[in-house]
Amino acid sequence: MPEASPRVLSATHVLEYPYTRSVGPVIGRFLTALRERRIEGVRGSDGRVIVPAVEYDPVTSEPTGDFVEVGQSGVVTTWAWVYQPRPKHPLDQPFAWALVRLDGADTAMLHAVDAGNPSRMRTGMRVRVRWRAETVGEIQDIECFEPEDPA
Amino acid sequence: MTEPRTEPVRKIRTPIRLDYTMTAGEAQSLFLRQIANGKIFGQRCPECEKVYVPPRGSCPTCGIATRDEVELADQGTVTTFCIVNIPFAGAAVEVPYVCASVLLDGADITLFHLVQEVPVDEVRMGMRVEAVWVPPEERGPTLQSIKHFRPTGEPDAPYDAYKDRM
Repeated sequence: MPEASPRVLSATHVLEYPYTRSVGPVIGRFLTALRERRIEGVRGSDGRVIVPAVEYDPVTSEPTGDFVEVGQSGVVTTWAWVYQPRPKHPLDQPFAWALVRLDGADTAMLHAVDAGNPSRMRTGMRVRVRWRAETVGEIQDIECFEPEDPA
Repeated sequence: MTEPRTEPVRKIRTPIRLDYTMTAGEAQSLFLRQIANGKIFGQRCPECEKVYVPPRGSCPTCGIATRDEVELADQGTVTTFCIVNIPFAGAAVEVPYVCASVLLDGADITLFHLVQEVPVDEVRMGMRVEAVWVPPEERGPTLQSIKHFRPTGEPDAPYDAYKDRM
C-alpha cells in the first residue's frame, strides 16, 4: 500500500481462474493434429470444409462428418493491425489479427500474422503457418502466420 | 500436456487472469484506513438515515451523497450464511467453513465475512458474533485485518431484530 497517506487508496488486484478444459473428440483430434504439425478440418452437411474442426454443423446443427487435412498456407480474408501488442498477445512486436482461409478449407480461422509492418498486409495476401519450436497440442502450436512473399 | 505424445489431446489449460488496479474511492478509503486502526466506520444517508458499511459514498435508495461518518460496533448478528464444502485453488481456509452476512450493531446492511471458532453445523441465523482482529502491528487497510467473526455466546437476536436488514 502507499507510503504516505493519499486521500484515496488504490492497490493491485489480480483475478485468476486456472481453468482446465476437456476438449472432446473433435477439437481433441484437431489439437492432436496440431501437435503433429498438421491442420485438420471437418466436412459439414453441405460439403464445406470447416477449419478449425467443430463438433456440430453450424447450419444444420447435425454432428459434422469426416476429418479433412487442409494446407498450411492460405489467404487472408480480413485483418486488423495491432500497433501496440498487449502482454498476452501471441507476438511481442506489432502484428495483424487476421482471418485466414487455408488451402482446401471453406471457412477462415482467426490467428496472428507476423508481417512486421502494416504496409505488407492486404486482403487476399497469401500466408503460411509458422510452427512453434515444440508443439504440445494447443492452438498456440501455430505460433503465427507469415507472408509467403518475401519482404 | 503431461500425457504421452501418443495419446490424443483430451484437455487444455486455459487460465484466465485479469490484472486490476483497484481505486477505493473516498468513502471506502476512509473505511479501510479505520480498519487499519481496528475500527469499523460506515456512512449514514442524510435522507433515509440508513447506515451503509462498507460505505460507498452514496445511498443507492435515495441517490444522494452520504457524508456523515458513523463508527460501528465490531459485534453483530448473522442474518444469513452458507457452509462452503468445495475446496478451490488459492482458498485461504480449509473446508468446510462458513461465510456469513453479519449485520453489525448500528448498521443497516450486512458485511460478508468468515464465521469461525464454532462447528459449522452450529452456525445459525440470529447468532451473535464479534470480530477477531489480527494483532495491531499486522493490521492494514484491508478487510483481512479482521481474521473472522466468532460467536459471543450471547442469546440469539430475535428474527424481528434483523428481518428487514437481510
